[in-house]
Amino acid sequence: MPAFKVAIPTPLRSYTQGVASVQVVVDRAPATLRDAFAALEAAYPGIRFRMIDEAGRVRPHIQVFVGMSVQRDPDAILQPGDEIMLVGALSGG
Amino acid sequence: MPRAVRLRVATPRRARVLIATRKGLWTLTSDASRRSWKLSAPTFLGHIVHHAMFDPRDGRTLLAAARTGHLGPTVFRSADAGRTWKEAATPPAFASDSGRVVDHTFWLTPGHASQPGVWYAGTSPQGLFRTDDGGATWKGVEGFNAHPQRKAWCGGDQDGTPDGPKMHSVIVDPRDPAHMYIAMSSGGVFESTDAGSDWKPLNQGVAALFQPVAEPEYGHDPHCVRLSSNPDRLYQQNHCGIYRLDRPATRWVRVGENMPKSVGDIGLPMVTHPYDAESAWVFPMDGTDVWPRTSPGGKPAAYRTRDGGKTWKRQADGMPTSQAWFTVKRQAMSVDRFTIAGVYFGTTSGEVWGSRDEGRNWRLLAAHLPEIYAIEAGS
Repeated sequence: MPAFKVAIPTPLRSYTQGVASVQVVVDRAPATLRDAFAALEAAYPGIRFRMIDEAGRVRPHIQVFVGMSVQRDPDAILQPGDEIMLVGALSGG
Repeated sequence: MPRAVRLRVATPRRARVLIATRKGLWTLTSDASRRSWKLSAPTFLGHIVHHAMFDPRDGRTLLAAARTGHLGPTVFRSADAGRTWKEAATPPAFASDSGRVVDHTFWLTPGHASQPGVWYAGTSPQGLFRTDDGGATWKGVEGFNAHPQRKAWCGGDQDGTPDGPKMHSVIVDPRDPAHMYIAMSSGGVFESTDAGSDWKPLNQGVAALFQPVAEPEYGHDPHCVRLSSNPDRLYQQNHCGIYRLDRPATRWVRVGENMPKSVGDIGLPMVTHPYDAESAWVFPMDGTDVWPRTSPGGKPAAYRTRDGGKTWKRQADGMPTSQAWFTVKRQAMSVDRFTIAGVYFGTTSGEVWGSRDEGRNWRLLAAHLPEIYAIEAGS
């Protein structure tokens, strides 16, 4: 089963008990970004809704990188070894 | 209509004021004298707290509606008067196939006294949600959210106030949990007699000067609607004046015409006396020209009626007398339940003002806070 490293931004670390980087395991291959978010939610309940809205879209001030590229499509296919980085994008005071 | 409700008059042992701000939640606490106040350290520092509310049914539960600049909306619950908090497992959210997204939960209302654990939440954009377990899990009230007329009532999700269209002033009749009112900016006031399964507009007599028709059935902009101690009497501070409605009548009466002409009857908040249905307070703002929304002339004042809106008295003793450009948002005024009621308001410049004598004299209770979104007085 594919596993992915996920970098957690500070606004979401209350869900990961302060941990900055976690690993999630997806139970099917190929895995999508949506699968990785589901695995993250299963491990850290409540975290997904703070960054993904009820329509399934990444919230406006959250940015998602897969490897070095921005990826906001939940159906994007992840490759083995991909690293996911969640970022609280810059927003005003 | 249901019978009259019996009011319980009891002198609280202490006074508390919840201060929801753009950067967190603070609490002011005093003993029953309400002379000396202590400001707490912040809770949820950095979170945008749109509303925080006491549960009058148990005296220890608090709910807070929060989000952050980055993160989606949620609701936190405390079962120990604010010492510890737990996030809702499923916060208010529209059905995934609705195409709608909750931007933030704006308004929290405890349910009927006979239904402990029930709360209602109004959201931006306009949505109504209910919890039956004290705020842990929330479900949409589909009688409103999926109502075939909902979009016509509210307009698009882009319509409404500058910081998003809102459902607010969720009111449960203390005599009947199935009898409810809601208000929306925009949308107007609506009533349900079947616990939210269906809703009907309740806007007759209310001006909507921004609409092309003289008396639209809906599409109004109520800023704040409050039930008085007589549950057949409602007060409303609207975008277009101050109104009163005595049920079972369905036509609002504009009582703001009795305000001084130099001040006008435009404002955001309105609050009612806990035991006197004739008494209510407003905090007028400048609604002329481009709508500065500041105290008219830079001279802040509350106005109180003691006769259901027939006359209004200016109450500003203790407030600055010039160059004070207060803005008080619709949720940022509250009244406690002491026999001689305390009145409180918060400004967008981070000041909390209070009166322990029903508005006759005012004191600055806290300053230098972030922009204040909501004030709730309790005990």
